[in-house]
Amino acid sequence: MAGTDVSAHWVRPHIEPSWLARLFDWKPFLIFICMLPAAGLLLVFLTYPLGLGIWLAFTDTTIGRSGVWIGLENFEYMMGDRLFWQAVFYSVFYTAVATIGKFALGLWLALLLNNHLPFKSMLRAIILLPWIVPTVLSAIAFWWIYDAQFSIISYVVVDVLGWRDTYFDFLGSAWPARWSLIAANIWRGIPFVAITLLAGLQTISPSLYEAALLDGSTGWQRFRYITFPLLLPILAIVMTFSIIFTFTDFQLVYAITRGGPVNSTHLLATLAFQRGIPGGNLGEGAAIAVSMIPFLVFATLFSYFALARRKWQQGESND
Amino acid sequence: MATVSIREARKAFGQFEVLHGVSVEIEDGEFVVLVGPSGCGKSTLLRMLAGLENITGGEIAIGGRVVNNVPPKDRDIAMVFQNYALYPHMTVFDNMGFSMKLAKAPKDVMEREVGRAARILGLEQLLHRYPRQLSGGQRQRVAMGRAIVRSPQVFLFDEPLSNLDAKLRVQMRSEIKELHQRLKVTTVYVTHDQIEAMTMADKIVVMNSGNIEQTGRPLDLYDRPANLFVAGFIGSPAMNMLEGEVTDGHFRGPDGTAWPLPQAGKAGTNGAGVVYGVRPEHLRIDPDGIPATVQIVEPTGSETQVALRVGEQALIGAFRERVSARPGEVLPISPDPDLVHLFDRKTGRRIDAGQPA
Repeated sequence: MAGTDVSAHWVRPHIEPSWLARLFDWKPFLIFICMLPAAGLLLVFLTYPLGLGIWLAFTDTTIGRSGVWIGLENFEYMMGDRLFWQAVFYSVFYTAVATIGKFALGLWLALLLNNHLPFKSMLRAIILLPWIVPTVLSAIAFWWIYDAQFSIISYVVVDVLGWRDTYFDFLGSAWPARWSLIAANIWRGIPFVAITLLAGLQTISPSLYEAALLDGSTGWQRFRYITFPLLLPILAIVMTFSIIFTFTDFQLVYAITRGGPVNSTHLLATLAFQRGIPGGNLGEGAAIAVSMIPFLVFATLFSYFALARRKWQQGESND
Repeated sequence: MATVSIREARKAFGQFEVLHGVSVEIEDGEFVVLVGPSGCGKSTLLRMLAGLENITGGEIAIGGRVVNNVPPKDRDIAMVFQNYALYPHMTVFDNMGFSMKLAKAPKDVMEREVGRAARILGLEQLLHRYPRQLSGGQRQRVAMGRAIVRSPQVFLFDEPLSNLDAKLRVQMRSEIKELHQRLKVTTVYVTHDQIEAMTMADKIVVMNSGNIEQTGRPLDLYDRPANLFVAGFIGSPAMNMLEGEVTDGHFRGPDGTAWPLPQAGKAGTNGAGVVYGVRPEHLRIDPDGIPATVQIVEPTGSETQVALRVGEQALIGAFRERVSARPGEVLPISPDPDLVHLFDRKTGRRIDAGQPA
């Protein structure tokens, strides 16, 4: 180095930060500012309605008249209400049967799609269709499919194939209506299950199947010992979500049957709406809605314990 | 234990042929390494042997039985995968015993066999662990244990050491070799690492773009590479290659430098289009040698590698003695004429002594 002329170098000048810069560098303030939007949204759109709903459940509010605190009266009345218990029964039944159906068919579809098929990506897109169509729209389509007079199924079976003499009565009586709604819910729920399980299947390394193939496994054994156990963690998550969505379903039932015939297809959500808005008894409707909470807490706990990381998923500790 | 013969094996994915008819004969108990750059078809060949890929043409026989249409589980082979393919939700014991469980072996037989394999590999303390809780080398051993439990006729290894760090790789290399010497099971081992191939194999099969370039014992490949590809692939650092012509009993490099020829090759080998190959370790410092400019000096302790330049030609020299030369200085070098290899530039084939170029 020849020159020793330091003044030729540019030296970064020291600038005193402004009070605003110092404020934003102060951690407590920064945390508060960053949390504010999210916390605000949650308070206004989640905590307030939930709190209002719970409060309403303990009042005798009706539309047009603010109610007074009546304690557990709404709940006491519900306990003796045959319709409420029928809705509880149908909600549980609807959730159980639809979930089993969705998972059986969704898993089967995911396993099929996981194979090498021609037009694979197109098939996957088609599978998603029932999921992307707005629920009300598909509900209206099902309404027509189940129509007493114009049902396409009745038309095909009676007029085209001649297997039956009379049209199906899908929505006219209690049990056929219940099964019809479950079928519609399964149809709508399959894509969600199939696509998420497909994502889960794709995380399973193909070399595990090759190793199992060399170990002498049959196709069923590969499913039983490799696919299923490795899919279980994601299966538990998807099932929890599916149970929650199905139990709280409203749109499909309300659009197709509105709880009928003779209130036989009411879910808790549709019954709560029925009592609260058209019926005007906001307090009673809120109480029915609040009564769903224990079921949902149970589903969440189920997921919490089922999702607890299994031993084989745990990190590489060397104990 | 069994012999393996691969005869004119071909593999095509659709229209695209990746193996163009390769033949390898493997003797009973032999350790054969398939080596080559990525995409040369070595893994495909191994997977065809395992039955994970079907065979487009030709024949593969294990123990004299043609297995082209035999499903993998009936081929009596065991394979160790590059990523080990251990079942993450099973303990080491269950991983190793899975094949016996599927075959509905009695529990005590299973415990005995898994115990035997675990003893061989030193895994007795780890049998209750899950793969996640194991180190890379331990997982590697479990994968081998799973293969041993099946007591197969042929072991297949698909780049089993490429996920390990350098030190562990050297250790596992000798463990695998020791295992082979102990069990004496025919083994086919795929790697892209020529050092692994050289150190482990009884026989090396060098592959390149779907063809076999040369088959032979490791030192034969090193001493007499059949073509330019093998010459460049085997040996580290790679062989120096100079293009030029042979005139008047000398090889003339691109800038006219004269390089000595092997004694036996002086007569007869005349002509242009010759590649002159000399391994870095066969160059020595010689005051009467060819002046070369030092570019980089890399001491590794046991030897010193020096990047040199003769005219426009870059060369690597590996010297046992410590070189004190600094970059920019001139270091006279000369090759050992008897360890020089000559190749035909056009065909890439080796030119043997006395044979016209």
